[in-house]
Amino acid sequence: MRAAGLLVSVGLLTLVALASIAIGAKELSLAQVWHGLFEETGTYGDVVVGERISRTLLGLLAGAALGLAGAVLQALTRNPLADPGLLGINAGASASVVTAITYFGVTSLTGYVWFAFLGSAAVGALVWFLGGSRGATPVRLALAGTAISAALYGYLQAVMIMDGAALSKMRFWTVGSLASATDETIKQVLPFLVVGTVVALLLARPLNAVAMGDDTARALGADLNRTRALSMAAATVLCGAATAACGPIVFIGLMVPHVVRSFTGPDLRWILPYATVLSPVLLLGADVIGRVVARPAELQVGIVTAILGGPVFIFLVRRRRTAQL
Amino acid sequence: MKTQVMSKPAGRGRALRSPGGLSARLDIRAFVVVVLLLLAALVASVVLIGTGDFPIPAADVVRTLLGDGDPSQELIINDLRLPRVLVGLLVGASLGLGGALFQSISRNPLGSPDVLGLSQGATAGALVVIVLFSGDADQVALGALGGGLFTGLAIYLLAWKRGVHGYRLVLVGIGVSAIATAVNGYLITKADIVDAARAVVWMTGSLNGRDWEQVWPLLIMCAILVPTVLANARGLRMMEMGDDVSYALGVRVERVRMLLMVAAVLLTAGATAAAGPVSFVALTAPQLAKRLTRSPGPNLVPSLCMGAALLVVADWASQRAFGADQLPVGVVTGVLGGVYLLWLLVTERKAGRI
Repeated sequence: MRAAGLLVSVGLLTLVALASIAIGAKELSLAQVWHGLFEETGTYGDVVVGERISRTLLGLLAGAALGLAGAVLQALTRNPLADPGLLGINAGASASVVTAITYFGVTSLTGYVWFAFLGSAAVGALVWFLGGSRGATPVRLALAGTAISAALYGYLQAVMIMDGAALSKMRFWTVGSLASATDETIKQVLPFLVVGTVVALLLARPLNAVAMGDDTARALGADLNRTRALSMAAATVLCGAATAACGPIVFIGLMVPHVVRSFTGPDLRWILPYATVLSPVLLLGADVIGRVVARPAELQVGIVTAILGGPVFIFLVRRRRTAQL
Repeated sequence: MKTQVMSKPAGRGRALRSPGGLSARLDIRAFVVVVLLLLAALVASVVLIGTGDFPIPAADVVRTLLGDGDPSQELIINDLRLPRVLVGLLVGASLGLGGALFQSISRNPLGSPDVLGLSQGATAGALVVIVLFSGDADQVALGALGGGLFTGLAIYLLAWKRGVHGYRLVLVGIGVSAIATAVNGYLITKADIVDAARAVVWMTGSLNGRDWEQVWPLLIMCAILVPTVLANARGLRMMEMGDDVSYALGVRVERVRMLLMVAAVLLTAGATAAAGPVSFVALTAPQLAKRLTRSPGPNLVPSLCMGAALLVVADWASQRAFGADQLPVGVVTGVLGGVYLLWLLVTERKAGRI
């Protein structure tokens, strides 16, 4: 049953990915899209299709990373509110990007990527250390993340208030968008995303044990410290890389695991693969809608995800007895 | 998922009993913490009144406040600086109390108004006024109040299903918060850069230029709501043990919860309308208070005092560090609250208390 559902989800993902290549702010005929995909000769249509392919690839990768990271973090902290934002990863990336803009004069997106990634990785490590490293408990991790976010957002706002140029860039970066995807960006983050995804998927079993509580997990033979350290590392790498490439898209990592849990139950061996497949469906679907509703301009994907996803999320929370963690 | 700094079962607090069978528990440590926090808030207020382009020694400040200072200082203190400090104290107290209520009702240490979407809803109300109508400060405050109240009502109604369950409340709050955040992000990208800059300053939370017009509504609100909340604190304390247990103990769970939620929404929305969504006070104040008193339960009074002290100290720090009115107080509450919470986490770990 659940395996069939997963197959259906993969089919859905394929459809959305194709739609994301075929539909956009510029209207192209299906023939032009076909031409761009398989008989590329460098016409205007081909260039547009090429850009859409990069964008779709980034959407696939980033969506999967965010959903997977969210599911891992919620299991790790045993907190339904856990998302990349909670552990300070978004704050680390944002603070690092605003520093790059203001003090290092970085203006290109490929330049931001490394700063954003370094910032989120540094904050992830710091949260882990301050949260108690080996003795980390879920609440302490969450509180440490919140505290560091508080401090970093203070810094971020101070810079934006004093430096108008930083504000004019950051206000677009912080809503999260796939529009700036290039092959260059994808190449930069791809290795991190692949490693993070593999590690996260392998963690399903030990995380299942952790979910039963520390004592039970120990009795079942799970290595709590190793599981925690690995999950934290995987989640940081995944969200850090995704955030670096498209800015903080907050809602996916939070929402998709809840939705998935409502039909798979609490078993992470199912939640993680489902989250990996369904998160990009949401991200790409939202991106397609964002390209169409405001033609010829675009609505950033972060905005569309939240405005569409929010009501769906509330509906699901109301309708079902959401499976507790 | 409720954090509780567990207390030793015996030897904590003292029960006061009257011959008629009435009894009250006095938690000595909590009491001392409250007194110290009040003192801290008071001292910080006096120092803050003395700080500015025209410094006034603390002794003069106290003399003027008691009613016999010289006229020039009286003007500066009574008309300019005192109302600002009072707004700071009241906003901090409202946010601290509102945060403690929400964290207790949602049974989640992260269930503060920042996370549940109230702040974002109030911000959306204010941004609509700033970006779409270019309204003045009073209209922005009204917009924020309207946005906050509307969001609070929406969250409550959407989470209602034969009662409001803590977990569902939090999840619905997150959904609403995400929608409001997206609307805010959209409004800011659509605004021209001048409006965007104004919006960012408002969103940070600021006490600049607050006068008596902001003090009176806040004071009236607190005078009504704080006693109401404290009168129901006993029920809230029992509700942390679970709805069934508290029902058996004679608490009308749903009624108390609704009353307290309405109070918390009003406190947060009122504070946000007066000073903007000052970040993290509502989130950190109850956590800090809980760690200082080491007492389980909602810690309402300590959180209230902690919020007030935190905001006034932060305002003083922002004026000292960056010069008068350069940076809004919200920048510093984030940094100060965050760093203080980290420090507490580290010392707690060293002391072996988790």
